[in-house]
Amino acid sequence: MDEGLRSELSKQGVFTTTLQELSNWSRRNSMWPLNFGLACCAIEMIAASMARFDIARFGAEVFRPSPRQADLMIVAGTVTKKMAPLVVRLYNQMPEPKYVIAMGACAISGGPFKQGYNVLKGIDRYLPVDIHIPGCPPRPEALLHGLIELQKKIAAQPLTGEERPRHLRTDAPGEFPVPAYGPYDLQPPHNPDLWRPPVVVRGQPA
Amino acid sequence: MIPRNADEPTLLAGLSTGDVTPEAPPAGPPPPTGPGYEVRPRARAPLPGDADEWLEVSVGPHHPSTHGVFRMDVVLEGERVRRLKPVFGYLHRNHEKLAEQTSYLGSIPYTDRLDYFCSLTNNWAYVLTVEKLAGIPVPERAEYLRVITAELTRILNHLCLIGFLTHDMGTMGTPLMYAFREREKVLDLFEALTGARMMCNYFRFGGCRCDLPPGWVEGVQRFVEGLPRFLDEFEALLSTNEILLARTVGIGVLPPALAVNAGITGPMLRASGVNYDVRKVDRYGIYDRFRFRVPLGEHGDTYDRYMVRLLEIRESREILLQALRDLPPGPVLNPQAKQRGLRPRPGEAYGRIEAPKGELGFYLISDGGPNPYRYRVRPPSLINLTILEDLCLGHTLADAVVILGSVDIVMGEVDR
Repeated sequence: MDEGLRSELSKQGVFTTTLQELSNWSRRNSMWPLNFGLACCAIEMIAASMARFDIARFGAEVFRPSPRQADLMIVAGTVTKKMAPLVVRLYNQMPEPKYVIAMGACAISGGPFKQGYNVLKGIDRYLPVDIHIPGCPPRPEALLHGLIELQKKIAAQPLTGEERPRHLRTDAPGEFPVPAYGPYDLQPPHNPDLWRPPVVVRGQPA
Repeated sequence: MIPRNADEPTLLAGLSTGDVTPEAPPAGPPPPTGPGYEVRPRARAPLPGDADEWLEVSVGPHHPSTHGVFRMDVVLEGERVRRLKPVFGYLHRNHEKLAEQTSYLGSIPYTDRLDYFCSLTNNWAYVLTVEKLAGIPVPERAEYLRVITAELTRILNHLCLIGFLTHDMGTMGTPLMYAFREREKVLDLFEALTGARMMCNYFRFGGCRCDLPPGWVEGVQRFVEGLPRFLDEFEALLSTNEILLARTVGIGVLPPALAVNAGITGPMLRASGVNYDVRKVDRYGIYDRFRFRVPLGEHGDTYDRYMVRLLEIRESREILLQALRDLPPGPVLNPQAKQRGLRPRPGEAYGRIEAPKGELGFYLISDGGPNPYRYRVRPPSLINLTILEDLCLGHTLADAVVILGSVDIVMGEVDR
């Protein structure tokens, strides 16, 4: 619809929308995060849901203990190799459409503990991460910014066509393989459909 | 369950999930008994009653009322806990190994992430140990700053603990919101001082990183003045609340003999009536200059543990008032102390402080190199957690959650 006509109509008290906008508007303004914290960042996530930062202003205050009722997984903290299969299983239990925020340096890449033998070097090896929030730990404002960016991302998702999101496609996977404890490392060490080790060619800029 | 003599891959897989059967106890003399408390044998006798009625429930590691990624394998008879096995390691971040490969200075930010509520007391314990190892004196003003920041940390930790404890009882956030409101005030002060809200990284060998920003002391004074009003309100809401009393009085009683034998420290030990506070015993830093009382519990139940912490907040306030009154001018960092490339002479040192959760100790061995040869943390959370089963046996599963909340654990410190 023409933007001018639409603005004119709204001045007359007539609200016009499209199915796509209505759907995305309602989805993005009631994201229910999974009540799930791993380490230090979880405390800032709790702080974001408290009175001062008040994540309820963005419709994401309903922290659900059950993955069956959650839309958003905030991976807040260090994912160890012992915890990684459980994180992936929790993600698989969430219904579509579902989104992942990697909060903090540890969830993005292992952070300060990257050298550790027991630390997963980023949850994006197993899960499709939508938003990365850097920081150690990120401030609650940073989490709110990440949430707003995710809302923008959802608002731009078309309902039809080639660009439609995963939950509207029949060929895209909704579940991801859960890694198993191997003798030395998690098996497989990463999900090749989601993440590949960066290829560095000597003498070439990355 | 995987037997002990399984092949290596199965065993390793089992080790990582905690599914390995314990070894049979060796046939021999009966296990030694401690003074007044019998040490429990490792393999326990089968439980009385009908085995078909037991239910094994795995609470965690993702569970809203476990504090962090912690699992309790509980055997229930009806609703009563008959066995409880804490399983941890879900947040093992190789803290000690990383610190052995890092310079002495480089480990300070890692200590922030041990107990992520109380980064400043963790800093202090580590820095105190290195100062002991290398023989570094600390200027007087820096000692005062350490006391002020550590007591602010204690207030913050205890408030959040009470918030989470009541959250576990089903208050659904109201006291937690109040606690976090006060926490934000302290965090604002920390941010003004150190530049970070949670991971302060403020202490250095022989002092503190920087001096106070203008107006900081007045900010602390304002916070300290407003604290009694907040505490009175908080106590009026909670301390005589019928539901809180019903959920805490007589629940999870910790006898003093068991507490001493198990090495419990901190508010948990004092709630059982044992007068032991490292601030009074060791008088590290300048704690001998302050007048404060050590609150003691009488029964050792969950209510006492709650109350001891509330009283400790008031005592911390007394220390803060005295420290702010006496804060001397002067340098905050010993200029002779070497920060980068510190190579203490070969030797070992154990430094301990009274962290909000108990006795936090660091044990360092130096071989004269730029990084410690051995770096060991004595985390109060882990050792206070070892008696969880003794506290929970016979209580309902809902009480076990409350008892776990009153132990005050942070998984970053338990698993390291």
